[in-house]
This record gives sequence, C-alpha cells and structure tokens, in this order.
Amino acid sequence: MRRWRTRLLWLLVPISALALAFVVSSIALVAIGASPIDAFRSMFRYGIRPTSLVSMVNRAVPLYVAGLAVAIGFKMNLFNIGVEGQYRIAALLSAAAGAAVALPPVLHIALIMLVAMAVGAAWAGIAGVLKVKRGVHEVVATIMLNFIATGLGAYLLANHLRKPRVGSELLIATRPIPPSGQLPPLLVTGGEDLRSFVLIAALLGVLVYVLVWRTRFGYDLRASGINPTAAQASGVDPNRMVVTTMLISGAIAGLIGMSDLFGYFHAYTLDFPTGLGFDGIAVALVGLNHPLGIAVAALLFGWVDRAAQILDLEGIPKEVIVITKGVIILSVVVAYEVVRRLVQVAEVKAAAEETRRLEAEREPVPA
Amino acid sequence: MSEQPPAVELVGITKTFPGVVANDDIHLTVRRGEIHAVVGENGAGKSTLMKICYGMLRPDRGTIRIDGREVHFRSPKDAIAEGIGMVHQHFMLASNLTVLENVVLGSEPARGGWIAFDEARRRIRELSETYGMPLDPDRRVEDLTVGERQRVEIIKVLFRGARTLILDEPTAVLVPQEVEELFRNLRDLSARGVTIVFISHKLDEVLEIADTITVIRSGRTVATVKPDEVDAHRLAVLMVGAELPTPETREATVTEHVSLAVRGLGVRVEERWALEDVSFQIRRGEIVGVAGVEGNGQRELVEALIGLRRPDAGTIELEGVDVTAWSTRRRREAGLGYIPEDRHVWGLLLPSPLWENAMLGHQTEPPFARGAFVDRAGAHARTEEIIRDYHVMTPGPDTPALALSGGNQQKFIVGREMAASPKVLIAAQPTRGIDVGAQAAVWEHIRTARAAGLALLLISADLEELIGLSDTLHVIYRGRFVARLDPSRVTPEELGSYMTGAREAAA
Repeated sequence: MRRWRTRLLWLLVPISALALAFVVSSIALVAIGASPIDAFRSMFRYGIRPTSLVSMVNRAVPLYVAGLAVAIGFKMNLFNIGVEGQYRIAALLSAAAGAAVALPPVLHIALIMLVAMAVGAAWAGIAGVLKVKRGVHEVVATIMLNFIATGLGAYLLANHLRKPRVGSELLIATRPIPPSGQLPPLLVTGGEDLRSFVLIAALLGVLVYVLVWRTRFGYDLRASGINPTAAQASGVDPNRMVVTTMLISGAIAGLIGMSDLFGYFHAYTLDFPTGLGFDGIAVALVGLNHPLGIAVAALLFGWVDRAAQILDLEGIPKEVIVITKGVIILSVVVAYEVVRRLVQVAEVKAAAEETRRLEAEREPVPA
Repeated sequence: MSEQPPAVELVGITKTFPGVVANDDIHLTVRRGEIHAVVGENGAGKSTLMKICYGMLRPDRGTIRIDGREVHFRSPKDAIAEGIGMVHQHFMLASNLTVLENVVLGSEPARGGWIAFDEARRRIRELSETYGMPLDPDRRVEDLTVGERQRVEIIKVLFRGARTLILDEPTAVLVPQEVEELFRNLRDLSARGVTIVFISHKLDEVLEIADTITVIRSGRTVATVKPDEVDAHRLAVLMVGAELPTPETREATVTEHVSLAVRGLGVRVEERWALEDVSFQIRRGEIVGVAGVEGNGQRELVEALIGLRRPDAGTIELEGVDVTAWSTRRRREAGLGYIPEDRHVWGLLLPSPLWENAMLGHQTEPPFARGAFVDRAGAHARTEEIIRDYHVMTPGPDTPALALSGGNQQKFIVGREMAASPKVLIAAQPTRGIDVGAQAAVWEHIRTARAAGLALLLISADLEELIGLSDTLHVIYRGRFVARLDPSRVTPEELGSYMTGAREAAA
C-alpha cells in the first residue's frame, strides 16, 4: 500500500511539469496575440494523425539514444556535455567508412555501427583521460571537444571525405553508403516511413538497463555516483570508473546519428541533424536517467516537435514550443527534487515507526 | 521579584525530525553565569536542542527566551546578535591562517575599508588575559595543539560579544590533561559572568564542572539536578534508564598465527611524514588497539591499510602475502574488512536500499554477485540475515539506509563486515555517535568475532573502549607508534600522557 502511495507521488512529476508547461506556453501565446486554445487544438489534431505519430517515433529515436548516452554519465555524476561532438564526428567517420567498403547487408550495418561506437568512445575517452590524468573537469573538456569536433568534421568533410562533385550539384556530402549498408523501413506509410533503427534503439535501452541496474559494473557505477568516497573504500577504482563510463557514454553517443544515416540520409551531409546531443541532456533529465523515463521523454519531445509544425500554417511562430520544452525541463527537475524529498520523508517516517514497533515488541534488555 | 531573569530559557521545545530522536517538550532554564551541563546518550536529542538554541534549526513548537525576552532565531546570526555563541565539536578553523585571522574571520573589524588588525590583536590579547587563556594571536592554527585550537574557538566566540557559550562535547577531542585545562578556563569564564552550556555524555566530567545538570533521554527532559545531589551511577540510570555496559574482554584468545604484519610503514603528506616507521602485527584472535589524539596519523594508517593510499615506505602483509601493491578491491577480496570512522562518508550509500548497502565492499563475491551480474536474491537473503543477527531495527532490506538511526546504521555496517567473515578487520571509531545500547551490541560482536579468530585493529578515541577491548595497545603520536602498553595495567591518565607526547616509552 505504501508502495502504491509512493508511486502515485512519482506521477506528480510528469503531471505537474506538463500542467506548468501548458500554462506558461499559453501565457506566451497570449503575449504574441495568438489564441492558446486554437493553437493547442490544432497541434493536438495534427499531432494524432498516423503520419505524425510515425514522425514522432522517428524524431524520438535519436533523442532516446542521446538521452541514454547522457544518462549513463549522470548515473555516476559525470556530465558528458560532449555527446553532441561525439555523435557528429562518429556519424561522419562511420558514414565515410560505410561508403568505402563492400560487405553483406547485416555485416555492413554492424561495421558502420562499430565504427560509430569506436569513434564516439574515443572522442569521449579523451575527456575521461584528461580528467583522470590532468584533473580537467569533464564539462570543460567535453565542451571544448565539441568545438574541435565541429571544426575537424567540417575540415574532413570538405577536404578529404567529400564525394566528387557531379555536374553542378552543390551538396556537400560523403559518398553514399550502398544499399547493403542501409536499413529498409519498418513500416511504409503514405507520408513518412517508420525507420527500423527504432528496434535497435529499444534493444539498446534494455542493454543499458541491464548494465546499470543488474550488473556488478552498474552497481559500482551507481555507487560512485551516490557516494564516491564510500565506493572507493568498497574497492572501486575511481579513475578507471571515470574512463570506462566516458567510453561507454561516448560509444552510445556514436549511435545517435545511425537512425538518420541508415534510414534517410545514407551519407553524412551538411544538413545532417545537429543539436541532438544537447537535446539528449534535456531528455535524460526529464526521463530521470532511467531508460523507460527517457523513452517517454523522447517520445514527448518528438511529438511536440512534430505537432508544432502545424503552428506555422496557423500563423504562429513555432518557436513558441521551445518555451514549452524549456518549461517542461525546468519543472521536471524541480518537481523531481520536491517529490524525492517527500518520498524520502515518508520512507524515513515509516522506518522510524517500524523501529518503534519492533523495539516495543522486544523485551527490555536486562541490565 | 528582584531576581535576574534566566540567561537562557527554553520552554516546551518540540522538534519533529524524522529518523532521529526529536525534541519533545523540552524545558531548560540556564541562570546567568552558571555552568549548565546538558547530558544524555548519543542520539538523545542534545545536539538538536543546541542547534535550536543557536538558530541552526527552528523548533516546531515552544519558545526561547534570552534574559527574559522571547526571541525567534532564523539563523545563527540572530543568535550571535543575542550574545549566544557556539563552539562546535569539530573545530571550524582555517588551519593555514593565524589565530588572529581566524578570530576575525566573518566579523572583521573594519576601519575605512581596511581590516583593523591592530585593534583586533589588542582585543584578543585582552580577552585571553581576562579569561586566563594564553594565546598568541600571530601563531598559525596548524601549529597549535588541539587544546589550543579549542581556545581559539572560544576566543572567537567571545570576540563576537557572546555572553552565553554553548560547548558541544568539548572534551571529546581532548586528552585528560587538556580537559583539566579547559575546565579551569570554563570556571574562570563563569566567575566573570559568562554563562556556559556544556553538552556531554561523560558523567564524571559533568559532575566535576557543572553547577546544574539537565538530563535528556529520548528527546525529553527527565531531570534537572545539582551535582552534589547525585553520583555518576544515579546520573547514568537517569540517562539511559538502565545500567551502563562495559567493554571488558578478558579471556585471552590470541594465537600464534600472524594475520596482519606491518613493517616500517610510512606515508608522506605534502613533504611531511604523516605516518612514520610504523610496525606492528595482529595475530588471529587478537585485538590491537591504537590510541591517539585525532589527527596524529590514524587516518593515514587506515588509508594505507585499506589501499586508498600508496605508502611511501614499508610493507603490509596479509596472511603472509605481501599486499603493499594491491588495490583496495584485491585486499578486500582477500579478507580485509573495514568499519569506517565516518559511516556517511565512507560506509554507506544513504539513498540506496539496505540490500545494496550490504553489498558495498563485497560486491564482487557471493552471495552478492553471480558472474558479472548482481545476485539480487542472494543479496536480499544476506541482508535479512544481517538485520536479524545484528538486531538492526528496520522494516526490511528495501528500506533506504538514510531512514535508519545512527546506531542502527552502525550495527548494520558491523554486521555487513562481520557476515563476510573477514580475516582482518580494521575498525575505526566503531562506536562513535551511537547510543549505549548499540554500543554494547557492537562490543559484543567484536568480542564474539575475536573468539572466533578474527584479527582486529581498533582505532578509537574512547579510551575506555580501547583499554577494555584491546589485547595490545599502541599509542600513536605525530605519526609514530610511541608506546606499546598492556591494557590490563594502563590507566586513562597514563594513556593520556603518552598521547600528548608528555611521556615516552619503548614502542
């Protein structure tokens, strides 16, 4: 019973966050002279169309992978702000590698993913090693590495990995990956096709859950996040833990671009999606660093992005939804902390009651 | 009514504070200029009460009157403004600054934007002369003894204009000689009209120094007495409602088998030897005690033994194997147990359930692990065992560790380490900050494990505990083992003189 009450308390987090986001966005809409009711109604109507739902999932998949990459760092209080740079450099190099080899279908996909994971891990690993060897805070290191990744990526793409120009074509991109390195859609609809990478992402979520919550490594990881000194005294090598976690986080980050690469672009181009790494931080926060929560948060963000497309047609700047997302993130963080304390107080109280009951049952200790 | 109103009067103070014993309708009247002792077991609610008195916590109910006026403190600042000052058990001094700088820190007397150091120096000299507390304002705090540092804390509080001093367990960190010195100072202060609230659980000290004694048990005031009306025994009964247990162990269980051998161990901290040439051994069934004033190398010793710190000299042998270069994990897997001095920092994952805390330090071994995976069922079963065998009061293995009282947390840690059947156990302050009942339980477990062949290193600030439990007693002073004593013959006073370096003997 107590358990259920606790669970109901946790439901307060998303409910209050959504409610607050709703209110604040309404105020913003009124402020720019639009009707919030009309705006939300048309968003909702547009958002529940089948095509929109497919689009929601397609948008959610990279966000989900990004959320996982960030969350695994968060679990041990490591802030991998560099997911952005890691996935972009990984997407570029894995796209180039995929175009350079000829392999049977499954192997081809596997190779591209392996390259992406290796590149992401290596890029994140730099920050891990800098932290352990030189005491550079990972936030500083990963932010700097983001800049370097952007510059390095642009240089490599323009000078070494660019496919030869055909005629007057202006597109700057790597060579296309042959069909053996592409993933066919899972579901073909009239509008947008549902990309197959969603299955791999779901599997990845399960793997992350098992790794963090069911393995010895995951235990060490979480212990380091909760109490680093106690973890160290229990035998966890903090330096090794930092580097390993950065490598894993980076490897997952490397997979962020794969859904778009396998299912849509088939090459790394200048208009390859950016900013997913930063959105991943928000998704991890809103999803409370748990694979299930991250899935919900990614779908929510995917849906809001998609549904907001209609606003332009209504004459409302769709940038309004950026406010909505921002409010959701802030209120989840705040509401989570509030609920966490409420739950903690309830648990402490329950334990104290139980203790008193147990003590009353015991015979008084003879002197 | 010409009588002066009481300096401090607490009426019906109640503070609900989940998990810890709260204050429940506490009444306390402290006359101006008296030394008023507040005694109670650890966890009885003394600290909570004093924090309320000093504005660090706000009571749920009840009133505080200072000199007859009702006050509401929102922060210690308000309390300081009313002339109340607190000397914490753990000193809050910047050790690389001078006495003068520490005293003015936070209330710097300014003259035109500059700190008026000369004026401050003069006032410190005045205060130290008036109250008979010799102190050189220009010495650096790191060069001072513990007793002198405490004096700095007291001067600091007086400097801010305090007329009422709250001293939280002031003797806990002092050796007997320093305690006498402190008591002399307190009597001087009191004779000059300073009111002193003295928190302690050491009954003989309280009887010696206090004018009035208020006893707190389970968050309630149970009695207010004069020291000449009671004896230590009567006070103890008031305090715990039962007889005090003693840590005595006497049948020898020591064997010839050496479990831990340390030779010439040295640890350097910033160019200075914090631990130097320490050699000792612990045999199966033996308890080796280490006595010493805190900060004389105990922490470095523990860290070197556990593997948190690479020693700069010497070797450590566990069961005949040189483990000096081993990682913490490898040492723990080889049978090294650890009861840390600060359980919240080194021993627990507070928000995590007990079963995850039961794994801590043993997470690579059965019943907690199966291959690379956590064995949840095994961990739960072991946790239930610990809860049952070590009488941990808790609803069950899924309760977060933070929901337990300090004593129960400590019993749980002791159970966790004992249940893993270690060959050698390092116990640092195993009964600090826990109530008498839990303390007795921990002592009992230590005795049982000793009889079963455990080799135990006991580092403690509680001299009675050390003398009572140890088979062999070493004194650590400035990073060296300066004396090896027979606990059946030594007295706390003798021990104290070795601990301050006043006496030396062959180690």
